[in-house]
Amino acid sequence: MTKDEIYAALAEIFEDVFGRSDLVLKPSTSAKDISGWDSIRQIDIILSVEQRFQIKLTTRDLDRLTCVGDLVRVISRLAR
Amino acid sequence: MRPQATPSLYWLTEVPDWRNRLRSLRAQLTGEHDLASIRREAVALAKAPLDFMRTVALDQAVQSLAGLGGGDVRLAILSTSTTGRLGAAIRVACLRRGLTCSIYEPDYGQWLQELHHQESGLHRFSPTAILFATDARTAVGGLSFMAHADEVHTQRQAFVARMAGAWRRARDAFGCHVIQQTCLPHLTSPIGQNEHLLAGSPTNFLMQLNADLRVAATDAGVDVLSVDTHAAQDGLAVWHDPALWFGAKQEISAAAAPLYGDLVARLVAARRGLSAKCLVLDLDNTIWGGVVGDDGVAGLVLGQGSAAGEAFLALQAYAKALAARGVILAICSKNDEAVARHAFAHHPEMILKLDDIAWFVANWQDKATNLRVIAQGLNLGLDSLVFVDDNPAERDLVRRELPTVSTPEVPEDPALIPRCLADAGYFETVTVTAEDRARSGLYRTNAARAELEAQATDIEAYLADLQMHLSWAPFDHINLPRIVQLINKTNQFNLTTRRVSETDVAALIDAPDILALQFRLRDRFGDIGIIAVLIARRIAEDVQDASFQIDTWLMSCRVLGRGVEAATLNVLASQAVARGARGLIGVYRPTERNGIVADHYAKLGFQSHDAPDLSEEGGFVGRLDLADFVPRSTSIKTEQADQP
Repeated sequence: MTKDEIYAALAEIFEDVFGRSDLVLKPSTSAKDISGWDSIRQIDIILSVEQRFQIKLTTRDLDRLTCVGDLVRVISRLAR
Repeated sequence: MRPQATPSLYWLTEVPDWRNRLRSLRAQLTGEHDLASIRREAVALAKAPLDFMRTVALDQAVQSLAGLGGGDVRLAILSTSTTGRLGAAIRVACLRRGLTCSIYEPDYGQWLQELHHQESGLHRFSPTAILFATDARTAVGGLSFMAHADEVHTQRQAFVARMAGAWRRARDAFGCHVIQQTCLPHLTSPIGQNEHLLAGSPTNFLMQLNADLRVAATDAGVDVLSVDTHAAQDGLAVWHDPALWFGAKQEISAAAAPLYGDLVARLVAARRGLSAKCLVLDLDNTIWGGVVGDDGVAGLVLGQGSAAGEAFLALQAYAKALAARGVILAICSKNDEAVARHAFAHHPEMILKLDDIAWFVANWQDKATNLRVIAQGLNLGLDSLVFVDDNPAERDLVRRELPTVSTPEVPEDPALIPRCLADAGYFETVTVTAEDRARSGLYRTNAARAELEAQATDIEAYLADLQMHLSWAPFDHINLPRIVQLINKTNQFNLTTRRVSETDVAALIDAPDILALQFRLRDRFGDIGIIAVLIARRIAEDVQDASFQIDTWLMSCRVLGRGVEAATLNVLASQAVARGARGLIGVYRPTERNGIVADHYAKLGFQSHDAPDLSEEGGFVGRLDLADFVPRSTSIKTEQADQP
């Protein structure tokens, strides 16, 4: 799976989670850049990612997530 | 590790173009919009087999729309762990059933305080239903693996007693529907298969605790949300995600949220009488293999000696079990009627008999038309029907023509259809009464009555020919469950649509200044059971005069058009006069579904009172003077029932 494909899928997930289609995701994008990105939304994102890519993040993965770039790295490692 | 398969709502049908339709729904929300059409669209989108992502997305869109309807259901979730998006899933599942639901969730662990403090958010919210969502770790508490059996027993009893106390408090404070979630048995076992050897093992403890909770809940009239049995079916790993627990203290996995929401909504809907009531089955390749018109009775695949033949039998056995507990069965088939009935009566392996079928339609008309006939014949709404057909084209036609009929996307293999119907939960029920067990028989005799009606040209002669007996009695403990069920399930012939708890109704038994009467009807086709309920309260009109105000008057629609209303009034009037009353006050409060009784009191001769608040919404208040009351003439013999 290419980086572009992952970003395209993430855009759709963020659209669902935040109900907005105008979000632009960059590797550095983090909770402080998007209003409403709280701990509940963080879980929404993780669970949506797991369903969409058919992967399971470990507790270690969860602890390391700080920005969209981290998420993309985990996805490219786990997704086939 | 790859994740487990998630429990899906697989009986629902995919909605084409779902994502774009959601986008345009969102877009409409920001501009000028028509609430009713948005609501219809949201309900349609909720009927797709939604996963977690789509559930959250639809909920976000709908939540951002204020005023979508104040909330038919106000549900409080009192949880001991994080609920995450379970609330969203419940809202969407209610929407799937056409119900608007608002949810109140205090911080987890705050449930006792919320319940006890009059000033709490819970009390301001004033719930119509409370869900106690208790997590396994809280239930197990600090219990040691090596605890002695006595200590384990005491802790279990104490926990059940604490929950029962909370249920009582919820009932007393709000008179609301109470749901208790069973504990999800996800704690790891130190022993293995013989976990019961260790009394303090959490697995053993939770298994027994869940059994105890069920007994206590039944005694208290509390409904159980059985996450434990569903986890056993779908696999614990899809219901509980340890990473989510450690990361967010959320016990129910997100993947299971859509199903969890649906399970809760089923209980809420069942309490409102919105569960389906009738299973309509196709014949060829649905309840037997082959086409009877082509293959003949002897050529059908049914019964021993063939895997498919046994699978068809199992489906018939499941339908028969549903009928035994009150679900009505009907047949809707494209067939020659004589041929179809012949197969039913003469195939030696048939489990279903013609006697089990309340309405049998076999002809060459389209199935939507036939389903309308069945609904009308059985006096049911189309939303009470579940239609099972092996043919995708027939299913598609019915979904298009009759979207309110539930038409599950049944698996191709007949072996999987009973499980599909069970998983879909169409017939969820929360009480089982003697009337439920007899219902299928009741509807069958109803069908015989309808045929008699079709033959009789003179309605008076028809009614006389029915030989009806109405027997009445004050409320009593024996019939309490049926009375409560009737009060809470009747939507059409219901003048005020007041819902009650069993406790409320029990308080009316032998209460002074209350006339609380139950009515049972039988005719020459059989006993129809308790079909009407009336609650009237004495009020002082002036110094000498007292009247009875009718708080509740409702009747089962099965007996419409037979003059039962007039016979009921005669009983009420004579009882009120016997208690010295001068008048009866009748109130009609309109709802979306009770339009058929808008003129009820006027027809019975009540004189309209001025009631500006009510008449604005199409309501009615009227008084019937009892001084010159003449009993209405009916074809019904009325008598007081013997004391039970």
